[in-house]
Amino acid sequence: MRHTLSVLVENHPGVLARVANLFRRRGYNIESLAVGSTENPALSRMTIVVEGDDRVIEQVTRQLDKLIEVIKVENFTKEEHVNRELALIKVQADPPRRGEVIQIVDIFRAHIVDVSPETLIVEVTGDEGKVAAMIEALRPFGIKEMVRTGKLALLRGPRALTAE
Amino acid sequence: MRLTGGEILLKCLQEEGVEVVFGYPGGAVLPIYDALYEGEIRHILTRHEQAAAHAADGYARATGRPGVCLATSGPGATNLVTGIATAYMDSSPVIAFTGQVPTSLIGRDAFQEADITGITMPITKHNFLVKDVKDLARVVKAAFHIATTGRPGPVLVDIPRDVSGAETEYEPVTEVKLPGYRPVYDPDPERIKQAAKLIATSERPVIVAGGGVIHSGATEELVRLAELIMAPVATTLMGIGGFPGNHPLSLGMLGMHGTRYANYAVSESDLLIAVGTRLDDRITGKIETFAPEAKVIHIDIDPAELGKNVRVDVPIVGDVKRALRALIEFLQKNPHPAWLEKIETWKREYPLTFEANGKLKPQFIVRQIWEVTEGKARIATEVGQNQMWAAQFYTFTRPRSFITSGGLGTMGFGFPAAIGVQVACPEEVVFDIAGDGSIQMNIQELATAVSYDLPVNVAILNNGFLGMVRQWQELFYQRRYSYTELYNPDFVKVAEAYGAEGIRVTKPEEVRPALEQAIASPKPVFLDFIIEREENVMPMVPPGESIGKMLG
Ligand SMILES: Cc1cc2nc3c(=O)[nH]c(=O)nc-3n(C[C@H](O)[C@H](O)[C@H](O)COP(=O)(O)OP(=O)(O)OC[C@H]3O[C@@H](n4cnc5c(N)ncnc54)[C@H](O)[C@@H]3O)c2cc1C
Ligand SMILES: Cc1ncc(C[n+]2csc(CCOP(=O)(O)OP(=O)(O)O)c2C)c(N)n1
Ligand SMILES: [Mg+2]
Repeated sequence: MRHTLSVLVENHPGVLARVANLFRRRGYNIESLAVGSTENPALSRMTIVVEGDDRVIEQVTRQLDKLIEVIKVENFTKEEHVNRELALIKVQADPPRRGEVIQIVDIFRAHIVDVSPETLIVEVTGDEGKVAAMIEALRPFGIKEMVRTGKLALLRGPRALTAE
Repeated sequence: MRLTGGEILLKCLQEEGVEVVFGYPGGAVLPIYDALYEGEIRHILTRHEQAAAHAADGYARATGRPGVCLATSGPGATNLVTGIATAYMDSSPVIAFTGQVPTSLIGRDAFQEADITGITMPITKHNFLVKDVKDLARVVKAAFHIATTGRPGPVLVDIPRDVSGAETEYEPVTEVKLPGYRPVYDPDPERIKQAAKLIATSERPVIVAGGGVIHSGATEELVRLAELIMAPVATTLMGIGGFPGNHPLSLGMLGMHGTRYANYAVSESDLLIAVGTRLDDRITGKIETFAPEAKVIHIDIDPAELGKNVRVDVPIVGDVKRALRALIEFLQKNPHPAWLEKIETWKREYPLTFEANGKLKPQFIVRQIWEVTEGKARIATEVGQNQMWAAQFYTFTRPRSFITSGGLGTMGFGFPAAIGVQVACPEEVVFDIAGDGSIQMNIQELATAVSYDLPVNVAILNNGFLGMVRQWQELFYQRRYSYTELYNPDFVKVAEAYGAEGIRVTKPEEVRPALEQAIASPKPVFLDFIIEREENVMPMVPPGESIGKMLG
């Protein structure tokens, strides 16, 4: 099963290497990882999607927690949370088919963020299912290149993951 | 007070109560060595950085205080790696300081640059690269704190040459701020109650005591628990000495080369109380059939160890000493005469023995060392058969008296570790029980032992083989002795060439006088015991087999 872990870490150089190294060394599978700054400049937050049974996830969590610079690890999987991914998709859109592409983009409530004579760049945000569906819908037109973030997640409601 | 980074480092070491540093100089640590020149901290110059790390480790294991080693950048730092990994696997508080190229050159493949923080990331509890001399005191404080608290482990601090050479105002650091590091010492009282309930209803309890008992200093509590509930105690290799080997409830060591009675007791137990052990594969054998009928209580300070290898019914996170104290409060006397009787029968039927056939037997030698030292020596070991015979045939009765590389199994550990032990315990008799293969991995340390008047005794159980590997080839590879026979130097002459003493022993009756001579000698001594070449370590659990099914 896939789990979404939210990991609060000290904002030090090398923390990402420590986390990545831990996953590599212990043979855990990272499906996606997103890192960035938080409301507190001293901290970064990683959202890690990892595949494994309950026992593996428990080990992952505890091993992560052992890293000195990891402040908190929380498994969001069974909690109410919002999660989003973002993808930028450069799709072939020659004049005859351009209208069709634009229509699909509208249906998905995505955006067009760059236009050239032959191509469009589509920006789509949403949960994993929506992003995947958008990609599938555009595939027949010819995707020239694509980039996507890992998953980002926050708990719903007032509760927050903080250093204390 | 304005001081250089090197001087600040030494100040910090003094603040931490460090008496001795094991090290080896080079360009990137010149400012540190310059501070050592007139400083108050003792420095022991080893002949290889690996030995400096092992000596610091031996010092730490013998005393429970952190051991400190120091090396230059590049090759100096990489030479420490095996020593650091050894300390990591056995949770030993070693602190390694390395020189680094100047900050302006880092990342440019400068002369003698090695990314030692990158290299040691998976084999340290934590490591630091100090980029500003103003951070140095804080980092050193944090390094000692991390290495010595919670589950102990090695920490490396990498110091670029411009940082150790730079001057700044020195102010002692008193506080450590590590928001992500909060080891748990006190057990959850609910779990303690659950454990007490399981113990009260158990009819065939067994305690497995590991290295954590020694780290925690919990021998007294362990003895009290065992006597209260009348549970026999098996120790792991790392737990040896954590429970007195001569106690009537002692089962000796369990696992691959454990006693039959320890392995039988665990296999037939209905309750396993595992304290301060990570229950690795050498202990459990085939995991599916490990203690198949037992409920499991597992106490460990590292939450990641609970349930890692063995399923646990009552996991208890905390320090062994505190957990055992809390547990004892809830327990009553709980005799199990039938169970203890069964164990006595096993002990009588399957004692640890060897065939005394008039030839020079390694087990006999270890037993003689035990007799001559009245069981009171500090014994380091190398790795292989020598290590197992030391574990089986020397009866250890106090913690920190058996010093061995268990987790990594590092040949070459024992001799430099024994040097560190002798530095820590100058009045005590120290032995390294060695193999002819292992001793050659750090034999150069004879120079260290001689030059600092450290009268370490090295008992080389010389079988002319990489014996442990040969044993596996004999048993599982149809005696195809592929590259395990050794050509050896004359160890007596080698010792003498370094200014140490050498004694060769070929007959059983020569053993005792040779040992007495070695112990009486003020010099380091190599005892070259020419033993039966194809003696095996028995009993043995074949790889992948249940621990209840032993050979020999
Ligand atoms: C040739 C060879 C043969 C071997 N054969 C055997 C064998 O037959 N039997 C055997 O047992 N081993 C054997 N070993 C050793 C084996 O590989 C392991 O090193 C050993 O079993 C580990 O023992 P341990 O888990 O008790 O100790 P460690 O690895 O030292 O683990 C200590 C545990 O205690 C915990 N801890 C630390 N401090 C505390 C505290 N204050 N409170 C609570 N918990 C704490 C730690 O978190 C850790 O989980 C052999 C090794 C070699 C090289
Ligand atoms: C550094 C290192 N290399 C290889 C091994 C694998 N190994 C384990 S035991 C052993 C043989 C040790 O020979 P010796 O020191 O003579 O001890 P004996 O088993 O003969 O007592 C070897 C090669 C090891 N443990 N450590
Ligand atoms: Mg040998």
